[in-house]
Amino acid sequence: MSIRVVVERCIGCKLCVEACPFGAITVTKRLAQIDMAKCNLCGACVSACKEFKAIELNHEETQTTDKSKHRGIWVFAEQRDGKIAKVTFELLSKGKELAHEIAEPLCAILLGDQIAKAARDLICFGADKVYLAQSPQLKVFLEDTYTEVISGLIKEHRPNIVLFGATAIGRSLAPRVASRLKTGLTADCTGLEIDPESKDLLQRRPVFGGNLMATILCPNHRPQMATVRPKVFKMAQHDELRVGKIIKYDYKQQSLTQRAELLAVVREVTEAANLAQADIIVSAGRCLGDAKNFKIIEELARVLGGAVGASRAAVDAGWVPYSHQVGQTGKTVRPKLYIACGIRGAIQHLVGMQYSEIIVAINKDQKAPIFNMADYGIVGDVLEVVPALTKEIKSIRAEEERSPVVSGIEETFLVC
Amino acid sequence: MNIIVCVKQVPDTLEVNVNEDTNTLIREGVDGVINPFDLYAIEEGLRLREQYGGIVTALSMGPGQAIATLREALSIGVDNAVLLTDVLFAGADTLATSYALAKGVEKIGHFDLVICGRQAIDGDTAQVGPALAERLGVPHVSCVIRVCEVTDGCIITERMTEEGTEQIKLSLPALITLPKGINEPRFPSLKGKIGAIRSEIAVWGAQSIAADASKIGLKGSPTRVIKISTPEHHRQAEMLEGTVAEQVTALLSKLRQAEIL
Repeated sequence: MSIRVVVERCIGCKLCVEACPFGAITVTKRLAQIDMAKCNLCGACVSACKEFKAIELNHEETQTTDKSKHRGIWVFAEQRDGKIAKVTFELLSKGKELAHEIAEPLCAILLGDQIAKAARDLICFGADKVYLAQSPQLKVFLEDTYTEVISGLIKEHRPNIVLFGATAIGRSLAPRVASRLKTGLTADCTGLEIDPESKDLLQRRPVFGGNLMATILCPNHRPQMATVRPKVFKMAQHDELRVGKIIKYDYKQQSLTQRAELLAVVREVTEAANLAQADIIVSAGRCLGDAKNFKIIEELARVLGGAVGASRAAVDAGWVPYSHQVGQTGKTVRPKLYIACGIRGAIQHLVGMQYSEIIVAINKDQKAPIFNMADYGIVGDVLEVVPALTKEIKSIRAEEERSPVVSGIEETFLVC
Repeated sequence: MNIIVCVKQVPDTLEVNVNEDTNTLIREGVDGVINPFDLYAIEEGLRLREQYGGIVTALSMGPGQAIATLREALSIGVDNAVLLTDVLFAGADTLATSYALAKGVEKIGHFDLVICGRQAIDGDTAQVGPALAERLGVPHVSCVIRVCEVTDGCIITERMTEEGTEQIKLSLPALITLPKGINEPRFPSLKGKIGAIRSEIAVWGAQSIAADASKIGLKGSPTRVIKISTPEHHRQAEMLEGTVAEQVTALLSKLRQAEIL
């Protein structure tokens, strides 16, 4: 692999300098020069120089897989205590779309103990086939055993694409599987598409703290593997009548190593888990000014029956624990309603909440970037607007309790 | 106990801003720092050394200037440092990186435990740790929030999951990855800083770790970044005007229409 500037074509226009995310290019005497110590060979400059074709990136592809032998989109069905993680259904829904586009089957891989019933659910949510491996040894997730079974299945059936949730399990398991299969893996994708020409999987993910989006390909290796954050894709409808095949995988216990053992499990519903599942989130940022003002945020969240979120600035200031943080280095959330109070809208925050159905922004500064990401904006002081909002909702709720009759009446009340 | 801690030099991204005219990162004056997650890995390594004895070696792959990161690791208290650097390593994705690191670990020799930060803040993949464990043929646990004890050739750890914690026992040699906040990383001491200046840092190229040229750098990387762009945001807020009371009423009416209230 190598990158070079074609001296006779370069006009020193600096388009490449602007395009380089690594600051590796300088132009001296109307000629671009690439600092190889900084260059990451990402090719951003090559795209920027389309017109002049003055930068060439040579991929010498050596190891190539016969792509035609790989078929099907697989989703790793994550389960704990026999309960399938929601992200699995989200992946099945996206997988279905992709499978349709390339006319290949959608399959799920399910590992566990006595979980045949859950396998049926995977079909109802879109899987055409479920590879089911059952054994007491697979009841709980351990990297070694799961890697062995999944790698074995992949080697045998040669899928084209394999998707995992970017969860504690997925983020630990997928890299181990990809490393064993010597194939590519893209972490934390927020977008998956099929390239219309090559039919390869275009994987989009935020990089550099969400400042930039990278599109990543795995052109010559199969399967193409990716992890996807929960709540990025929408779950499909459960279809009672869907038919599919359950294929039992012949699990060979002796082939598994015994290097790891699960000694104890402590289950606790954390605030982080509450946040990830909440339908309504009221979130606050630095513009709140003080830790004690968080009370008004908690109060609004409480009357709405929602959870409390925070920007990194609020967490770094020590106003709320990290488990409340929404954003690139916190949680990705997808509530029906996200109310951003005093959050300016740094890109790192936006990548964590951009999939919310309705976003309301309340901020003093009408130029705050959050308004470019919101559906409804209120320019005003959070300390005034939020308590007013809370009070109004409380009085509506009180009204509802007094006359729990027709919804039309409440509506009139609101409109007046 | 021989411990290897993997560290990465990353741009100090807190200082990274986007130039709104060109949509690119402003990187002038941005220093390279130790990946914050790796500071916890170093601290955990030093604590285990204090408790069980042994040697802590810091291992990094990166451009020549990453040597500063290893100097910092030495000043904090690691015993040895190794930098893998070679133009042939450039453009490595997580698979190629884990291969090169594994070759580096092999050359360092006998180890009981490899500790990695869970992820690097520039790439944010959290993939290199588990991939390295696979390359080394040792078991691993990701996102370890507590190392309980090392006993009888085993390490007992607690990992964080979405639903609580799990206590897992691994036979050594093994690899663990750590999130932020599991301990309090110590600062370099003056003595440590002086010692670090004098310490020798081993610098190994692709040849000296006997790396297969087809498995390192861009050549050994199955994934390709084909495009880098700025994120698109489609929404444009409908501004609710008026007094606070009017704004609140307008908002509630919108939320009612959307059937959220």
